[in-house]
Amino acid sequence: MAPPPPPPPPPLADARLRLETVRLTALYGRRAVVKDVSILFPGHTVTALIGPSGCGKTTFLRCLNRMHELSEGGWTTGRVLLDGEDIYEPGVDPVRLRRRIGMVFQRPTPFPTMSVYDNVAAGLRVNGGRSRGDLDAAVERALQQAALWDEVRDRLRHSALGLSGGQQQRLCIARALAPEPEVLLLDEPTASLDPSGTQRIEELCHELKTRYTIVIVTHNLQQAARVSDYTAFFYLGELIEVGHTEAVFTKPAKEQTEAYITGRFG
Amino acid sequence: MTARRLRRRVVSTLMTGLVGVLSFLAVLALVLILGNLIAKGASSLDWSFFTRNPVPAGEAGGGVANAIVGTVIVVGLAALIGLPVGIGTGLYLAEYGSGRLGWIVRFVADVLNGTPSIVVGIFAWTWLVKPMGHFSAFAGSVALAVLMIPMLARTTEEMVRLVPHSLREAALALGYPRWRTSLRVVARTALAGIVTGSLVGIARIAGETAPLLFTALGNLNFSTSVTQPMQTLSLQIYTYATGPFAEWHRLAWAAALVLMGLVLLLSLAARWAVRSRHGAPPAPPAPPAR
Repeated sequence: MAPPPPPPPPPLADARLRLETVRLTALYGRRAVVKDVSILFPGHTVTALIGPSGCGKTTFLRCLNRMHELSEGGWTTGRVLLDGEDIYEPGVDPVRLRRRIGMVFQRPTPFPTMSVYDNVAAGLRVNGGRSRGDLDAAVERALQQAALWDEVRDRLRHSALGLSGGQQQRLCIARALAPEPEVLLLDEPTASLDPSGTQRIEELCHELKTRYTIVIVTHNLQQAARVSDYTAFFYLGELIEVGHTEAVFTKPAKEQTEAYITGRFG
Repeated sequence: MTARRLRRRVVSTLMTGLVGVLSFLAVLALVLILGNLIAKGASSLDWSFFTRNPVPAGEAGGGVANAIVGTVIVVGLAALIGLPVGIGTGLYLAEYGSGRLGWIVRFVADVLNGTPSIVVGIFAWTWLVKPMGHFSAFAGSVALAVLMIPMLARTTEEMVRLVPHSLREAALALGYPRWRTSLRVVARTALAGIVTGSLVGIARIAGETAPLLFTALGNLNFSTSVTQPMQTLSLQIYTYATGPFAEWHRLAWAAALVLMGLVLLLSLAARWAVRSRHGAPPAPPAPPAR
């Protein structure tokens, strides 16, 4: 018996559509790791991508800012619409696109040769044409948004490697926020952090969604339940179910989803 | 059970002892060389040794000022030619060298790395000295640069490859173009390693003699013109050590000590370059002996 197509997420009346994938398939060579995924990310919401390891969550995320095509043998079919425009159109410059869609990785990746300040300013400088004062203001704003300003304001010129793991990850968030992207992609941002670091990042998600559209990959189901408005469950490269987080966790439509969230597999 | 443990302990002790003796032998060679040099050369090191030029054969006194200055010029010019080409090649190999062209460049670099230095000297003689009609410091520098380039290319490649892939991705995800990622993030992170590799490379060529024999040739007078023959410490040692005079032998020992000290200084600088930055990759492997 073929499963019926997943129902589209109920649209929020006040949310402007930001990001949407249409029949997106991601491949390594001839092997598809994301299969025919159509999903909507309403503006100013947090969507969590959950599922067992190797189910294609991260690859899917990397398709949203065209990072997947940089991997050996990586390519895609289907469409990804940002404000209604396909980011895989031939005329789109992936380098410019990535300045509109920020990304934070599993492990903190501060640039080791740069100071705290230079790390945050990196994405702004690459755009060029900013005065010193503008840059200072933008760096401070980004650090404030990432809830790191108070901790680093006295050591902006120090090496970013002097920060703790949790601080480094918030620094990476600040670095991603500084160029004021429209979408923020978080790939298991708390995977290498301790509980208090994790909590700070989760709180951040709540604050940041007033400005950004957030997509977060997580292995931690409690985290998905805590931070997200919508939850999408992936299994073996396919999108099994997507819906309001509360609905997915309390009365999932699919048996596979229920099995996963109750801990029977994955 | 105890028998097996005893056997393990005996074998372990024997092997530890064996590698200990072997490493002692390796260090012994360096200690003997350095000790010998100091014993025979240190007494000749005085102010005039560093400031005066050689005197005619048979006369006492004189120094190697011309050879010291010559070494700095020949090696400096070689570094000027070799560093950009070698480092550039290494960056290319690490960042874009996954295709067929990269394979060819890497193969050529490895072959060139194993080429005897005297062959490179003959090559420089054929292509530079002969067409120019006379020996020159410039030809010597080119020969040394050719020796240095493959070494640097491979070291730089190794150092750049040590930079975690995640850093590259972080820069690309931030909207860095690829070339800017390579230069601003990857090369900068590998900088300490590249500097170390460069210093080790310079130290290697500073002691070369064979490729200079038919290029820079040597010069008994003080000269700073790179289009003319020039004296270097290694050539001076060769000339003096193979000469018939006791006075020359004395100067050869002293010159050898100075050259050794120079190389030692560069090696120390290389170590310091690594240590002075945190998060720096480990020192590159020593280049193969020629």
